[in-house]
Amino acid sequence: MARVVLKLGDDVSTDVIYPGRYMATVLPSETPQFAFADMADFNMKLKSRQLPPGSIIVGGKNFGCGSSREQAVSTLKGHELTIVAKDFARIFLQNSINLGLTLVTAPDIEAQEGDNLAIEGERLLNTTSGKSYATVPLPKARQAIMDAGGLISYSRKRLLEKLQKGPP
Amino acid sequence: MGMTVVEKILARASGHQSVKVGDVVEPRIDLAMSHENAALVINQFLEVYRDTGYEPRVWDASRVAIIFDHRVPAESPKTASNQKKIREFVTKHAISKFHDIRGDIGGICHQILPESGYVRPGFVVVGTDSHTTSHGALGAFSFGMGATEMASVWALGIAVNIEVPATIKVNVTGRFAPFVGPKDLILHLIGKLSAQGANFRVIEFHGETIGKMPTSGRLVICNMSVEAGATSGIVPADGETLRYLRNEAEVTDPVEAVLPDSDAVYDRIVNINVGGLDPQVACPHTVDNVKPVGKVVGTRVNQIVIGSCTNGRLDDLQIAAHILRGNKVAQNTRMLVFPASGKIYRQAIEQGLVAEFMRAGAVVMNPGCGPCLGVHEGALGDGEVALSTTNRNFKGRMGNPNSEVYLCSPAVAAASAIAGMIVDPRKGGLH
Repeated sequence: MARVVLKLGDDVSTDVIYPGRYMATVLPSETPQFAFADMADFNMKLKSRQLPPGSIIVGGKNFGCGSSREQAVSTLKGHELTIVAKDFARIFLQNSINLGLTLVTAPDIEAQEGDNLAIEGERLLNTTSGKSYATVPLPKARQAIMDAGGLISYSRKRLLEKLQKGPP
Repeated sequence: MGMTVVEKILARASGHQSVKVGDVVEPRIDLAMSHENAALVINQFLEVYRDTGYEPRVWDASRVAIIFDHRVPAESPKTASNQKKIREFVTKHAISKFHDIRGDIGGICHQILPESGYVRPGFVVVGTDSHTTSHGALGAFSFGMGATEMASVWALGIAVNIEVPATIKVNVTGRFAPFVGPKDLILHLIGKLSAQGANFRVIEFHGETIGKMPTSGRLVICNMSVEAGATSGIVPADGETLRYLRNEAEVTDPVEAVLPDSDAVYDRIVNINVGGLDPQVACPHTVDNVKPVGKVVGTRVNQIVIGSCTNGRLDDLQIAAHILRGNKVAQNTRMLVFPASGKIYRQAIEQGLVAEFMRAGAVVMNPGCGPCLGVHEGALGDGEVALSTTNRNFKGRMGNPNSEVYLCSPAVAAASAIAGMIVDPRKGGLH
C-alpha cells in the first residue's frame, strides 16, 4: 500500500515531467533532480527525499504524451515513484517498460492526494475511499522485456544469441 | 484479407507473407536516426555490450543517422561535451550519415533526412524523437522511440517485439482557400481526433487534396500526427513522392512504392473537406485545443516564431515573406525565423527572402529546434505570449511555465507579426 503524493489531469506531457531546458542532462543517475522542475514545491519534496519509495502519482488519460525524451521516465524511476493513470501515451509506456518504471493502468481510477492505493490481484483498491478499480495489463508483446528486467538486459541476451550464432 | 500500407511494410520488413493488427513482429530497420540525445543512446548501447566479451559494434553504420539540431551551436559546456562525445563515437564507428553544425549539410533532422534522400517508400524508419512520424510523408513507416530502445536497434538491427498497429484512414477532399494549407488541415484533424484520438494507431492519408499536396505539406501533416497520439502518419507514395526524391533529394536509384490493398481493414475512416476550412489556431496549453482563427483574433502576441521541423521549409518562408513584404513587424512584437536546414536557408537568401524578413524587422536565426522546446534562444518572459508555427504548446514548452504558446500556420504568424496580435491573414488587404 502506498500514498498518492500528486494528482494530475489528462494529457500530462513529458515537457511537464521533465522540462526541455534540462535535456542536455541525459544520464539516469543525473536526471532525478529535474523531475517536475516547473512545479517547484513538488520538485523540492522529491529532492529532499520527503516521499518514500513507491509513492504514487495519479494521472488521467494519455499520461506522458509528447516528446520521446527518456529523461521523463528515468527521472521518475530515480525517485522510485509508481504512476497510476487512466492510460498512457505510447512512447512513454514503452520507455517505462524498457527502464522498469512501475506503471498501473486503471481506466476508471478516482483518487485524491493523500489517498492510499493498494494492488489486489488484478484490481487496484483505494483503501481511503473503499472503492476498487479494474486494471489493464501491460502489453503482452513486451512481457519478455519485463521478464528480463528491462530492455538493456533483454537486448544483451538477444545480442549474445545473435553473435554466438555467427553471421547469417 | 487486404493490408494497409504499414501492415505491408511490417510484413516485408519482418519476413512474413502478411501481418494483421496485434501481431508481434520484429522488423529490420532501414534507418535509425538520433540527434543530440545520441549521447544517451551511446551510453545505453555500451551498457547492452557490457560484460559480453564482444567489442561494441553498431549493426550497420550506414543505416545510422545522427543530426545535431536541438542546441546548435552549443548553448552550454554540457551540450558541447555531449556533442564532442558523439563526434568521437561517429568517427570510431564510421557513421556516414552524420550532420554536424554546418551551413552546407546541417539542419533539423526531420528536414535533413528527406532532403538528403535517406528516406524511401517502404522503409522502416525509427528515431529518438517523437516527430519522427514526419517521414511517413515519403511512404515510409516511421516512428519515435526512446534512447534505450534505439540502443537496442543499434545493437540488433531490428525493433524488438513491435505490435502491428491499427490504422485510421483520413480522406481529404476539396481545395484550400488562399492562406489556408496543410498546417490548418492537421490542426483541424488534431482538434477533431483529440490529443489521444489516434493513440497506438497509424494515420494513413488519402484523397485528392493529399494527391495535389507537395511533399513539404505532407511532411507537416505527418509531423504533427503524433499530436493526436499517432504512432505514425503516412502518405502512400505516388508521383509526387517520386518527383521529390528525384528533383529535390537527388535520388537516382530505383524507388518502389508500397500501396495499401483496396480491401485493407481500417480501424475507422475520417472524411474531411478542406473547402470551407478557416485558418486554425491551437490555443494554450494543449495541441488539441484548436479554434478557427476568428475565435482568437485580437490576442496580443510578444513573439512570433516561424520555422522548425513543422514549418521551416521554403514554401513556408515564401508565404511569410510574401505577407511581410512592404510591412513591418509591430512594435513590442519580435519575430524569429528558423529555416529548417542550411539548404533552405541558402535558398531563402538566393530568393531574397532573408532580406525581406530583415527589412520587416524579423531576426533570421540558424537552423535548429531551439525555441520550440525552450532549450536554446527565444525564451519567453513571464506572462508573455508566443504565436508559433512549431508543433507543441504544452505548459512551459518554450522554456517558461508562466507563458502561453499558440500554434498556427506561417501565413497566420506573418500576418499577426505585422498586427502585433493574432489576425486572419485573409483580411486586411492582403492578397
